[in-house]
Amino acid sequence: MIDQRKKHNFKLYNIIIFIVFVAFITALDLKFLGDDYVRRVLSLAAIYTIVSVSMNLVNGFTGLFSLGQAGFMAVGAYTVAIFTVPLEKRAAIFYVVDQNPVLAQIHLPFVVALILGGLLSALIAILIGIPVLRLRSDYLAIATLGFSEIIRIILTNAKSITNGALGIKGIPEMPTMWVFFGVMILSVTLIVLLINSSYGRAFKAIREDEIAAEAMGINLFKHKVMSFAIGAFFAGIGGGLLASLLGTVDPKQFYFTMTYNFLLIIVLGGMGSISGTVIASFIVTIGLEVLRFFDEPLTLLGFNIPLFRAGFRMVIFSALLMILVLFFRNGLLGQKELSWDMITSWFNKKTLRRKEKGGAL
Amino acid sequence: MGILKLDNIKMQFGGVVALNNLNIDVEKGKIEALIGPNGAGKTTAFNVITGVYTPTSGDVYYNDKKITGLTPDKITKMGIARTFQNIRLFKNLTVLDNILIANHLHVKSNFLSHTLRMPWSRQEEKNMREKSEMLLDRLGLLSLKNEIASSLPYGEQRKLEIARALATDAKLLLLDEPAAGMNPSETMQLSNFIHDIRDEFQLTIFMIEHHMDLVMEISDKIYVLDFGELIAQGTADEVKNDPRVIEAYLGVEEDA
Ligand SMILES: Nc1ncnc2c1ncn2[C@@H]1O[C@H](COP(=O)(O)OP(=O)(O)OP(=O)(O)O)[C@@H](O)[C@H]1O
Ligand SMILES: [Mg+2]
Repeated sequence: MIDQRKKHNFKLYNIIIFIVFVAFITALDLKFLGDDYVRRVLSLAAIYTIVSVSMNLVNGFTGLFSLGQAGFMAVGAYTVAIFTVPLEKRAAIFYVVDQNPVLAQIHLPFVVALILGGLLSALIAILIGIPVLRLRSDYLAIATLGFSEIIRIILTNAKSITNGALGIKGIPEMPTMWVFFGVMILSVTLIVLLINSSYGRAFKAIREDEIAAEAMGINLFKHKVMSFAIGAFFAGIGGGLLASLLGTVDPKQFYFTMTYNFLLIIVLGGMGSISGTVIASFIVTIGLEVLRFFDEPLTLLGFNIPLFRAGFRMVIFSALLMILVLFFRNGLLGQKELSWDMITSWFNKKTLRRKEKGGAL
Repeated sequence: MGILKLDNIKMQFGGVVALNNLNIDVEKGKIEALIGPNGAGKTTAFNVITGVYTPTSGDVYYNDKKITGLTPDKITKMGIARTFQNIRLFKNLTVLDNILIANHLHVKSNFLSHTLRMPWSRQEEKNMREKSEMLLDRLGLLSLKNEIASSLPYGEQRKLEIARALATDAKLLLLDEPAAGMNPSETMQLSNFIHDIRDEFQLTIFMIEHHMDLVMEISDKIYVLDFGELIAQGTADEVKNDPRVIEAYLGVEEDA
């Protein structure tokens, strides 16, 4: 069968792409390619992918509206920060207020602290979810935004635990980019497996029609809490990775505006599309770096262009988000997943009807 | 003995009394119908039975167990499934996914073992798929299994909604106007279809319907509701000749 052969080819393409990807990251990692800046940006994109894909699980696949990603990341980041800084460095970091004597004794391996951070995030999500997820879905947005702010206030004030506004420095850095990319591949794989399981179908049923889902015997509350907590778990993992990428955490990093990055990513990639989200994570993370020049003062032909100053990047960013929501609501892929069939048919359509406007894009 | 019993149900929305002193006793294995003019309270009665609304007073019993106040998912798990007056399929999902979702209530292993594809979860998933495909095959929908639900013709969507309710393994099926929007020949087919599934799956069927030919032909017993009150009950002939029924229907002839 021709179809069979086509499928075979596609499988081969997938393997080739995966090998190219692994080779590329390894080359970067071994410093054959790129510089530290490129390595940092790509690692950041890997972390953003984890958080965005898990946010899409909650918002795109289950139809909830959570805006708590920054808060959950803060929980994961601080867990890693508090428990992985070497004991002998603690006193120098907590020089204004002493670290809590119990915590000052505890040092955990990175992996343990990372998972603990994820679990703590999930636990907090369950505590938020139990009262809020019984209510109409819009309340979750308000509650999670509130949570993000409360977390920041706690981080600033619980000085014996978090070192307050000074933040925690000296978080051990990772020897290889593969920590970030490995966890990214693992996380995305797990979320894809979940979405394609019976539980994932139940999530989608809730997104499609809550009343019908409940009439089919699906416990709405239980499944919403489940999805929300799983999303929070991976956001916590993403936060833990961010802490070790940056080597330092402080409360200002987890301003709730950070959540809008992930919102932009999932809207751009397509609510309900994992492959779209992965692609959009890299586009947006790299794009935000490119846009950084808007934040620098710019002098053109002797004139100081007044718009170019710190914060202008975010103006452009917000405008992009608005344009996206107004005109390209389905994002890159809508609810579909990227497939070779899609790519070949897209090219065919392009060559056939060159002048006609493209669909999803 | 009745499989479903409504005992003195009153359902009040603010000042509107949608159901008043409603007593219904549906017998196991029968096809019974609930009729009445628009706004009589028929769908409200279904919503009370399935737990969408908790009645202001009175109780609902299923197999002699009180189910008043239970959530809709618990009631479905006990064996009552429904269709909706305005079709409520999972529109953007495939036909097969719609059926698989209705199997989820039987899933025993947790989300972790399903995510990690543990052997027992794989088995569960495999059984679920086989059972769903068998059901689709039996109902003549198997060739459509990969179609998106909303792309199906109207009649097939109605059928799929019944199939989805069946997939929950319910023993009591509540159908809210299954023939709405169908032409006479489609309605005839539906009548046979309802009969067949009742026999094959040993169901009890309680349905709301406006097509009088269908109701009269198929029902073992008919309840007539008007302004939230039960005004008549009995066989097709008994109900047809009841003066109060004639009055209720003549009074709203333009709507009916
Ligand atoms: N949630 C609600 N809040 C307020 N009033 C309601 C609610 N649900 C139903 N009603 C009222 O109860 C009455 C009965 O409505 P219901 O939908 O049960 O009628 P019906 O017999 O199914 O009519 P139709 O044949 O048009 O489907 C109507 O007056 C309706 O406005
Ligand atoms: Mg109705």
